[in-house]
Amino acid sequence: MQISPVVVGLPIYLPVYLKAVRAGFPSPADDYLDQPIDLTRTLIQNAPATFIMTVAGDSAIDVGIFDGSLITVDRSLVPKDGDAVVVDVNGERSIKVFRIVGGRSSLAFGNRRYPDYDPGPDAEIDVFGVVTNTVRRFRR
Amino acid sequence: MTRSFALIDGNSFYCSCERVFDPKLRRRPVIVLSNNDGCAVARTAEAKALGIQMGAPMFTIRDLCRREGVVVFSSNYTLYGDMSRRMNTVYERFASDIEVYSIDESFLDMSPVAPGQREEMARDLRSTVSTWTGVPTCVGIGPTKTLAKLANKIAKSTPQLRGVCDLTSDEARSEWLPLVGLEDVWGIGRASQAKLAAFGCHTAADVAALTPKLARKSLTVVGERIIHELRGTPCIDLESVAPTRKGCAVTRSFAGRVESLDMMQEAIAAHATRLGEKLRHHGLATDHVTVFFHTSPHDRGPSRSVSTTVDFPEASNDTLALVRAAKWGVRRIWKYGYRYAKAGLMTVDLVPLEASQRALIGALDREKSGRLMEALDACNRKLGRGVVFPAAAGIARQKKAWVTKFEMRSPRYTTRLEEVPVIGRA
Repeated sequence: MQISPVVVGLPIYLPVYLKAVRAGFPSPADDYLDQPIDLTRTLIQNAPATFIMTVAGDSAIDVGIFDGSLITVDRSLVPKDGDAVVVDVNGERSIKVFRIVGGRSSLAFGNRRYPDYDPGPDAEIDVFGVVTNTVRRFRR
Repeated sequence: MTRSFALIDGNSFYCSCERVFDPKLRRRPVIVLSNNDGCAVARTAEAKALGIQMGAPMFTIRDLCRREGVVVFSSNYTLYGDMSRRMNTVYERFASDIEVYSIDESFLDMSPVAPGQREEMARDLRSTVSTWTGVPTCVGIGPTKTLAKLANKIAKSTPQLRGVCDLTSDEARSEWLPLVGLEDVWGIGRASQAKLAAFGCHTAADVAALTPKLARKSLTVVGERIIHELRGTPCIDLESVAPTRKGCAVTRSFAGRVESLDMMQEAIAAHATRLGEKLRHHGLATDHVTVFFHTSPHDRGPSRSVSTTVDFPEASNDTLALVRAAKWGVRRIWKYGYRYAKAGLMTVDLVPLEASQRALIGALDREKSGRLMEALDACNRKLGRGVVFPAAAGIARQKKAWVTKFEMRSPRYTTRLEEVPVIGRA
């Protein structure tokens, strides 16, 4: 099956159905016309800073991010306690939950069945961006 | 209000794009190769430190790259173009007037910003671009575009400036201009450098001190302009259109070798199709094309390098006219018995189509051709390049010996859903 690429910043239209109108009769709905719903605007608040990625594995299922989900990642946001983040630890990129406790920030797995996450004291940690949405497609 | 320009550009731009998507590349030497993996066109600081020169042919540095663990990429213009677009979207939040000068450089109009706040704004711009897109940049500020470009060079080569150089004030200019060589002045080519050196001119400050009249005699009007610009008097404004190109070329090395006339004509027709697109995009036309092809100096066997120029009765940018002329050129100089490695089309003295002389005899039907070309370009814009093309350029589905090779291209991370980065567990 052909999957067309998502171009960040271009609207994706979902049709908003209007009744078919016979010529000659003004439609009572004309005064109430809205723009079609544009999901891109919901998913992508800041296009130049947003990147789309695919998730592999179950390390973030407790925060609702599943194997095979698409995620949107916004680099312009400052992570808050409880945010899912894409993070580089010693050159490895992964998803973690961002925690701030008593002014100290740390990272955790988003899966209770995993052991506590400990990158070690000398780890080089760099937050790539904050996960803002996931997209799951049920029929491929 | 005095004019002020900023020139912002990405540091080792193509390499920096690759680094955004692969954190492992952070401190490693990285290079990106030109089309067909011919030579290095972008190098990180680590790669430069190993002595890899701009434009170094791949076959001369292959061993070094292997030995030193240099990460080598084929060019991924789809990715770099998207990152460039993102960066320019960020610039729009800082300036209302922007000129995209090339894939990695843009001029911003800084005139509305108070002189004392320009450097601070440039720092804010840099950090926003870096945070949002991941690409590191440098910013040069000056009262003219030439000085902004110069300031950018200084910022690039002087780490203690932390990425921003502001040449707004006379003091800053008298401090920095004596330290900049001629090769770093925008618009001074190799030939002019030699002439200027003969005058005893060796730095940007020396050039600024010349009398404009003298410069006009030896360096033409352009030279005179450069002097005014270096002294802080703008002669080059922000262009809403790119400067008129004087020449245009489409050349490719073949992935394999081409030995048949049919295949060569097909390759050249494809080049002509691309050339037509380029010319129409800039509203330019040409009254001749030069066709050339040659064998590889690295191959054994007989070598041959030939070219021929085909003239048109009048200037045109019609793909079909270009394809006809180019194919005719190939037939004129074709010889069997050689394994050709590279072919191309060149044209110089481009003219704006509207301003070109009409032919008395052999005039083309511009009306009709214009409409056809518009339709062709519109289809290819909408559906992707190469969807509609002259049959002479060969059927795209065929495996072609002359298609560009991209052996080490990274995924198109930002424009193809099936190529976005996969985040696993670490």
